[in-house]
Amino acid sequence: MVRYIRGLTVLSLLLVVALVPVSLSGAAMGGKLEIFSWWTAGGEAEGLSGMFSVYKKLYPGVEIVNATVAGGAGTNAKAVLATRLTGGDPPDSFQVHAGLEVQKYDPAGFLDPLDTIFKSEGWEKVFPTGLLTLLRYQGHYWSVPVNIHRANVMWYSKKVFTANYLTPPVTFDEFFKVADALKAKGIVPFVLGDKEGWEAGHAFEAVLIGTLGADAYRGLWTGKTQWTDARVAQALNTFKRMLTYTNSDHAALTWDGAGQYLIDAKGAMEIMGDWENGWFQSKNYADYGWAPPPGNTGVFDALSDSFSLPKKAPDRENAMNWLKVAGSKAGQEAFNPKKGSICARTDCNQSLFNPYLQSAAKDWRSNALVPSVIHGAAAFESWATQYKDALALFVTSGDVAKTQATLQAACKDAGVCK
Amino acid sequence: MARETVPVQIQSVPAPRIASRRWPPSADRIASVLLIAPSVLAIAVFVYGFIAFTGFASLTKWNTLRPDFTFIGLANYARLFSTVRFQIDLHNTVTFTILFLVLCLSLGFGLAVLLDRGVRGEGIFRSIFLFPLALSFIVTGVVWRWLLNPGSVELGSTGVNQLFDRAGLGFLKSGWYTDPGIGIKAVVVAATWQLSGYVMAMYLAGLRGIPEELREAALVDGASEVQIYRHIIVPLLHPITLGAIIILGHISLKIFDLVVAMTGPGPGFSSDVPAFFMFDTTFRGNYFAQGAGIAVILLIMVAVLIIPYLVFNLRTETQR
Amino acid sequence: MRAAVPRTRGEVPWLRLASYAVLVAAALFYLLPIYVLVITGMKSFAEVNLYRMWDLPSRFSLDSFVKAWLGSATQGFRGLSNNFWNSVRLAVPATLLSAALGSMNGYVLSKWRFRGSDSLFALLLFGMFIPYQSILIPLVQVLSRIGLYGSIPGLIFVHVVYGIPITTLIFRNYYATVPGELVEAGKIDGAGILGIYRSIMFPISMPAFAVVMIWQFTSIWNDFLFGVIVTPRPAVQPITVALNNLAGSYIVEWNVQMAGALLAALPTMLLYIVLGRYFMRGLLAGSLKA
Repeated sequence: MVRYIRGLTVLSLLLVVALVPVSLSGAAMGGKLEIFSWWTAGGEAEGLSGMFSVYKKLYPGVEIVNATVAGGAGTNAKAVLATRLTGGDPPDSFQVHAGLEVQKYDPAGFLDPLDTIFKSEGWEKVFPTGLLTLLRYQGHYWSVPVNIHRANVMWYSKKVFTANYLTPPVTFDEFFKVADALKAKGIVPFVLGDKEGWEAGHAFEAVLIGTLGADAYRGLWTGKTQWTDARVAQALNTFKRMLTYTNSDHAALTWDGAGQYLIDAKGAMEIMGDWENGWFQSKNYADYGWAPPPGNTGVFDALSDSFSLPKKAPDRENAMNWLKVAGSKAGQEAFNPKKGSICARTDCNQSLFNPYLQSAAKDWRSNALVPSVIHGAAAFESWATQYKDALALFVTSGDVAKTQATLQAACKDAGVCK
Repeated sequence: MARETVPVQIQSVPAPRIASRRWPPSADRIASVLLIAPSVLAIAVFVYGFIAFTGFASLTKWNTLRPDFTFIGLANYARLFSTVRFQIDLHNTVTFTILFLVLCLSLGFGLAVLLDRGVRGEGIFRSIFLFPLALSFIVTGVVWRWLLNPGSVELGSTGVNQLFDRAGLGFLKSGWYTDPGIGIKAVVVAATWQLSGYVMAMYLAGLRGIPEELREAALVDGASEVQIYRHIIVPLLHPITLGAIIILGHISLKIFDLVVAMTGPGPGFSSDVPAFFMFDTTFRGNYFAQGAGIAVILLIMVAVLIIPYLVFNLRTETQR
Repeated sequence: MRAAVPRTRGEVPWLRLASYAVLVAAALFYLLPIYVLVITGMKSFAEVNLYRMWDLPSRFSLDSFVKAWLGSATQGFRGLSNNFWNSVRLAVPATLLSAALGSMNGYVLSKWRFRGSDSLFALLLFGMFIPYQSILIPLVQVLSRIGLYGSIPGLIFVHVVYGIPITTLIFRNYYATVPGELVEAGKIDGAGILGIYRSIMFPISMPAFAVVMIWQFTSIWNDFLFGVIVTPRPAVQPITVALNNLAGSYIVEWNVQMAGALLAALPTMLLYIVLGRYFMRGLLAGSLKA
């Protein structure tokens, strides 16, 4: 009995000691601002904190809570966010891809339309028309765009290419020739990191564009092109062959981990969005080049990050100010050079941007624009998820016919294909 | 550690003196009912009521943030069973459960026998085998993710593979959870690490409960050590084996945290499990109805395992 | 429990040696992850290298722990300190409440049984085994209706409710071994149901309280699913949720993740080291004897 009492005394002492610091936290000065995003990698995190500093200068009394949820392309973040919205405990503002992704959050039920602030800030004049169209859903604006990303970029190690007297491939035939040459030298030709399940679908977008061309690719998401089309099978076969040139540990790596192959000059090419550019910079790596993936010349596969306003945002006033900063010239100029994206606004000072981004800005104005599916622009989230899962499976199964059938079924589910 | 890692041995309670059926009931009788009423009510609502709601939701068209209770019968289930990802998940669950049970039971039993035979430092060994149970699956997942990170041919091995390389056992290297052929089996390694000590402790207690006279008598009869284990000890430990199978089995059916922290769904969903799919499809994909369907299937699997055992336990108690 | 009596009769020396070899090998397997956790945490940033993860640190440094605890403003990630205290604020009250409730239920269900109380007990018990996925969807809806969603009190409430089955089981089993005559004697002295509990049952309940509290504390501290569903907001996240987040973040070095894992494991590991005996008892809760 005495033993028990002694044991319990120890336990309760532990508990009491543990309770003491409770009073230390809580009760902050002034208001808060909770910004929810999935920006946790090098360049993107720096970009976000750049925008935070602009906000802090204007509203020094507000404490910013940087509520990031790890997981690229927001895979985990979206799960947490949906729960918080339905639970009635939303953040003050959250990241959402411009485009049909917003449908997932049932904007009429959970978000506030931002038409007034678009007017008062004059944003309809400074954002490009194509983007404004993408942002409008059910006749309203639901989020403020901060940037434009290009999804279809092929990054390559200059060192590898010059050492082997090669030039970046423009067609798929050239791609395989280059890949064979590099493989013989013991270099990984096609670097991939598909740990999180969306990266294969991302790379395949570029293969689809390269095989079908801009118009037919766009048609896949509107029902004009059927997924049963022979060119889709052709794209899958090409992708399957490309996958034989990847690094052995692709399933263990995230996109940035895979980029390490380029930095170490042990890998040659990686198809990834231009956030890779920001990441290379944060790693002080400069010896990289970029080109459109095979067949993608003249096509800009676009996505845009934007911020929304939940109906029950606890610090509404602060959130409105945040959205104003996010849409402002100063905010976007602080954010984008680091994030590795171009401004959603058309009036940013180009000299702030590195050569890649300047070239991207030029392409954005001159290229054919297509929406990215993996990054929420082209399709409803539910369809995008089915597409993503089908491609993640394809990497291991390599089953062209079955994958094509699944993709067609997904299109039917979405009510776009008959 | 899962909340449920307590073997359900229900202590028999002596029958009450007289079943009091006096009316009006005494103040104490009323008080006794009032005392447990909040708990009973809470369980009625939060367990049974919620399960009923989930069951109902699985029969509807609810695929948006706001509920849509249009009744569509079993369509969600039909669709679920034809979904490749779910088929893989079920397959993974079976693989996981079998491997996990076999490894935990054999490792647990083996270690318990060795410790029971009397070794120096028994207490230390016991503590070492048991302490992983004190950890969260999240901690286990984070650590094992790095231990079973294979590294690559190009950049060099990491984790356990690196250890193999150094020991000259390079042939043992494997892609672990990054190899679609292994996938969930790599998670079994971590789960076994965490819970086999618990099986060891159960068996050890069981072995310690076997009267020494039984063994002595068998020895006198000329039985060998192996025969004693086979014919006397193992049969006596059957209830413990059964209890361990029930506890481990239902943990493996529900496994979630460990997969989240360690691997995620893995390449080609090779380490995906129904509980993870449920979380993913419900809260990320907004397929509430489908998520509810997965939850109901999980519940049925667990119930098939647990209910006979609970009934059996309660029966034997009332018979005593 | 019978004390361990070394039984050496009829044993060949090499067999003994072999058993030690197996035990030591097994011990190495169980300690391996802890070895990596500890040495990684103690390395300075300059020394951390995935390709040399098994090497001992050349000099002792707590950099990783400091960074995991405080976070890094420049890299833009939060440390675990706030979440650690969230977990404390969660686990302590939830444990105490659970134990109190379980004790009451166990007392009634063992000493004040009524018709149907056994079936009721069985129904309670089943709640311990359900996959919590089967209640998550309505849980979020209901918690938000009653204003408990997204807060630590809400999470405490959830843990107390879903802790009822196990705590009731342990206390009921414990009280079952208390002779009924004690209760009868109390009745004869004119004590009521609460009086008997206060003067007779509670004072002898300490072993059961110890077991229940250790178990509830450990499982609440280690919980992830309820935490990620009920309290995803960074300010109220428990440590397991924050750790999972930290470990999934690209900007957080793996040594910081390891240090974070150790921080999250510390309280339950300490509890285990200090009160390991009760831990064993918790495992064998069914045969718990006074």
